[in-house]
Amino acid sequence: MLKASERKKLQEKARELREKIIEVTFTCGGSHVGGAFSQHDILIALYYKHMNIDPKKPQWPERDRFVLSKGHGGVGHAVVLGDKGYYDMALLDDFNKTGSPFGMHLDRLKVPGVDTSTGSLGHGFPLAVGIALGARLQGHTFQTYCVIGDGECHEGSIWEAAMAGGHYGITNMTLFVDRNRFCLDGPTEDVLKLEPLDAKFESFGWRAITIDGHDFDQIDEAIEASHAEKERPVVIIANTVKGKGVDFMESKTAWHYGGLDDQTKAKALKSIRKG
Amino acid sequence: MAKAQGLTWTIDDADHMTQAEIYGEVLTQIGQQNEKVVALTTDLAKSTKIGKFDEKISERFFNFGIAEANMIAIASGMAETGLIPVVSTFAVFASLRAAEFVRTDLCYQKRNVKIIATHSGTSFGQAGTTHHCTEDLSVMRTFSGMTVIAPADARETGKAVAAVIDREGPCYIRIGRGFEPPLYKDMEFDFEIGKANRLRDGTDVAVIACGPCVVHAMDAAEQAAAQGVSVRVLNMHTIKPIDEAAILEAVMDTRRVITVEDHSVIGGLGSAVAEVIAKSGKGCAYRMLGYQDEFSIVGYPDDLMHKYKIDADGIMETIGEVLKAEFEEDEDWEDED
Repeated sequence: MLKASERKKLQEKARELREKIIEVTFTCGGSHVGGAFSQHDILIALYYKHMNIDPKKPQWPERDRFVLSKGHGGVGHAVVLGDKGYYDMALLDDFNKTGSPFGMHLDRLKVPGVDTSTGSLGHGFPLAVGIALGARLQGHTFQTYCVIGDGECHEGSIWEAAMAGGHYGITNMTLFVDRNRFCLDGPTEDVLKLEPLDAKFESFGWRAITIDGHDFDQIDEAIEASHAEKERPVVIIANTVKGKGVDFMESKTAWHYGGLDDQTKAKALKSIRKG
Repeated sequence: MAKAQGLTWTIDDADHMTQAEIYGEVLTQIGQQNEKVVALTTDLAKSTKIGKFDEKISERFFNFGIAEANMIAIASGMAETGLIPVVSTFAVFASLRAAEFVRTDLCYQKRNVKIIATHSGTSFGQAGTTHHCTEDLSVMRTFSGMTVIAPADARETGKAVAAVIDREGPCYIRIGRGFEPPLYKDMEFDFEIGKANRLRDGTDVAVIACGPCVVHAMDAAEQAAAQGVSVRVLNMHTIKPIDEAAILEAVMDTRRVITVEDHSVIGGLGSAVAEVIAKSGKGCAYRMLGYQDEFSIVGYPDDLMHKYKIDADGIMETIGEVLKAEFEEDEDWEDED
């Protein structure tokens, strides 16, 4: 259970950076805003409570690693990293623009704080398994965190990685599924059924913990549980809402990717501030 | 960290060991001296011979089952932690099944991962097209930052494996199934990535070959010499970065060039050499031997090399063809840029 002050701090930071995501989405012409908002509170909990990182030393070997396997959420990750001080937030004014280090899928060689370049779905998770295996082999004690999308679970390589993670008993990583229930063409259960997702992971040797992915107490508790688990790797299936925080975007397939004009931007900011 | 350069490994019984066995042996010795090296495979520990590593250094050996894409991404992650993963599977799976993972997780991210792909070309002839691989040089060569090597025999494979461990970034070594005849008789030869070995000098025709075709090129050159034809043989073991100087020298000196590869003529050695020649503005008679936009048939490797004209007979026939080429006097040849 979080202290009231911790909870409030996380909620305020989440609200502040949701607004920033709206600002960037407005200036850059369009972003994967729906998925950025569904994953958002997980990133906030990790970067503002749990991750052992030093933005002044982005290559510090002992830092915790974060892999955004659903790389299209890059706009949300970029805003968090900028706020943490990895770079000047003003750089995001050029997001998506020709020659900018920032595009919709972040490049680890161009954006400080990004541990792996992602974008093509089904890559980040096995890559994170590799980081965890490499860390364990060399006696590093850092934790590897990875967020996959639920639609991403259609990719076969997700299940190859799940098998490998289960087989090798990777307990030094924490996997999240951003279960917002939508992929590009509609609800995941209509496009290609994923349920029962927890049972699938369990059958691959993982311990599945299902939470409300927008409840900071539940996120925190699940992360702590993943740290304490020493037998099986942990997957946190975070039930989330696509477009969370902006009333007219929530659970709307249309807001998987979108741009904003002055009017919709103002409406979105108003909705976020209302909470 | 122990460096592979200058290692004192020896392979006393190389004549009785296959390419794959030697690489397994060399890699194990390198692994014993460099604790950053880890070996990965996909249920092919025995077939690729990377299993030798497991016998000696099991704690740094990982089998990921029959899941090649997964192995490549995991290798990328391991490299993030400072390890040097060496992954081994059949060429067709490394270069095609896992192609996008090699591109996006290794090359795009500049990861220090080495791929040793076995059973390339038609070296696993009886297995048929699903297990042949006549496209890997082409595919790998297009990935920015990838080093691509096709050693001529077991001894050269040993040197290539040591060399890629010392080379930062993704590298791809393609070898055969392991029953190819030896080219080098001992370890007294130079191997430098990106530098072709001129095995035989000649002024009438230049044969530029890689992999198992180099032995055949040498055989053909010998036969040609008996007929009074002087054939230069270049062992172009590195397809990328390619030795442009050696190619242009061959063009200048012979003006008749033949490339030979156990690979499609589209995108592989022949294409790479042609690109260098085209850019130079120099002309020459040019033939590319390899698979001509076709899927290879089932058969024994030697029979297939003969059928597709990438053995000594095929090379001899092609030498005869290019010798018929006539050139106008070109007084400006030496002056051209």
